[in-house]
Amino acid sequence: MSEKQEIRLAGFGGQGIILSGHILGKAASLFEKKNAVFTQSYGPEARGGSCSADVVISTQTVHYPKVGNPSLLVIMSQGAWATYGSSLNPGGTLILDQDLVTLEKEPESVTIFRVPATRIAEEMGKKIVANIVMLGAVAALGGVVSYESLKKSVLASIPPGTEELNVSAFDKGHEFGVDLLKRLKAPA
Amino acid sequence: MADKDVLTGEHFIHGDAACAEGGIASGCRFFAGYPITPATEVAERMARRLPQVGGVYIQMEDEIASMAAILGASWGGVKSMTSTSGPGFSLMMENIGLGMMTETPCVVVNIQRGGPSTGLPTLVGQADVMQARWGSHGDYGCIALAPASPQECFDFTVDAFNLSEIYRQPVFVLGDEVVGHMTEKVIIPPREELRIVERGKPQAKKEDYLPFDFKGPMPAQMAVAGQGYHVHVTGLTHDERGYPVITDAVQERNIRHIVDKIRKNADKIIRVESVFLDDAEVVVVAYGCTSRVARQAVEDLRSRGVKAGLLRLITIWPFPSNMIRQLAKQVKAFIVPEINYGQVAYEVERTAQGNAEVVLMALMGGSIHRPDEIEESVLEYF
Repeated sequence: MSEKQEIRLAGFGGQGIILSGHILGKAASLFEKKNAVFTQSYGPEARGGSCSADVVISTQTVHYPKVGNPSLLVIMSQGAWATYGSSLNPGGTLILDQDLVTLEKEPESVTIFRVPATRIAEEMGKKIVANIVMLGAVAALGGVVSYESLKKSVLASIPPGTEELNVSAFDKGHEFGVDLLKRLKAPA
Repeated sequence: MADKDVLTGEHFIHGDAACAEGGIASGCRFFAGYPITPATEVAERMARRLPQVGGVYIQMEDEIASMAAILGASWGGVKSMTSTSGPGFSLMMENIGLGMMTETPCVVVNIQRGGPSTGLPTLVGQADVMQARWGSHGDYGCIALAPASPQECFDFTVDAFNLSEIYRQPVFVLGDEVVGHMTEKVIIPPREELRIVERGKPQAKKEDYLPFDFKGPMPAQMAVAGQGYHVHVTGLTHDERGYPVITDAVQERNIRHIVDKIRKNADKIIRVESVFLDDAEVVVVAYGCTSRVARQAVEDLRSRGVKAGLLRLITIWPFPSNMIRQLAKQVKAFIVPEINYGQVAYEVERTAQGNAEVVLMALMGGSIHRPDEIEESVLEYF
């Protein structure tokens, strides 16, 4: 039985989308001993253009490396939603940065989680870690890699001296995700 | 320093970085290059890593100079390498010919993008296959390895260095943007498990030594600067001493040698991966990133009972002609998906000699095939 998951993270250049994809893939590959392929697409712009990071995770060998219709889609800009929104597999999970993305119409048969990743990062005084906050939320909500593996992968991927900041960002995102799940499960 | 050259362990890195690590693990200590998407990350990694292991990285003014510099470094006694993509590969052609004529070991990594000209700088292509074989003027033999994963970028770069030392000529790692920019687990083995061909020293007495040997199927042992041997290196047609002799007789010896050392050793050089070939009725021939798609398609087809097989080219050059010739007698058709308008497909057609149909599935570049497209092509024959 092959357990294959396709994940797409998308936003604009400069948000750390590509690094997020790398960290997610590394978590699965090195810390959960699964097979993971990480690919990326971006335009010629250094910053501001739309970009996406695709990760395929499987217990078996991954031959075809690309993501077609992801089962988990993480969106961090309105432009990325316009480009990639329709790619999400029915029955899949959508995680949004709620302050940067508004949905005119909610897609059907999709689980939607709204996470204020950029706002949480700004409240920490470091907007730059919004991607790590979002990864923390993905650990809680995405169901693809464990909190422990993802945290190890964050620590193995960031510049020395930024451990405290990044772990704190990761934990804030994770806490938000765990609380969100509790709130959604609580009877109305 | 020595402990930093082989980064034994598990890494999550892209194909470009793995090419650089393969080079360093092979003993490459000189890199000259010019940045170009999608091969820039090879140079970046080398720029950071070579100083850690006592090596030299030079960013040259262009790719013509880069190729010249790695030939010079090789004659200086150091394993050397460069990396580029289509436009830079075109510029390197002149000095690649010099490397072939002077029998100079070195490795050229080409991470292919869409061409011709500037083409698709950030997107995939596989259209430099024939350029790798025939791009520089005149006759010479060619070795080109096509990795399909970051792990193979490491392994095949090591293999390319070994082949370049054994056959004394530039060897190509013919990657593509998808594989170069794809990130996967790469396992770098312990140093003692790596098979590295070191450059030996000539055994002959100084007065008897000949830097070139046109008799046998193998090249002479190379002497490098500083070993005390008299060596003359020229792009002109030369005799066994390396001195120019502009006659048809010496041209016969010299050129037959540089072609035959590959042609007559082709069976030792050719590497392929055979998947379900024994009873296959239709065979997909693929390489690089496209071979991963083909593998998926063939496995899907087999799970439905369709007798499809995959011949994956690890060396595109030398081409496994005998194998295709044999297969052509047992299969209905070859399907050749590639990201160009027909290059390996021509070679398959030529060697199949009309015994099986050959179907080209061409993409002009910028994207890869989908497994279902390849499956559909195969199913036409069932």
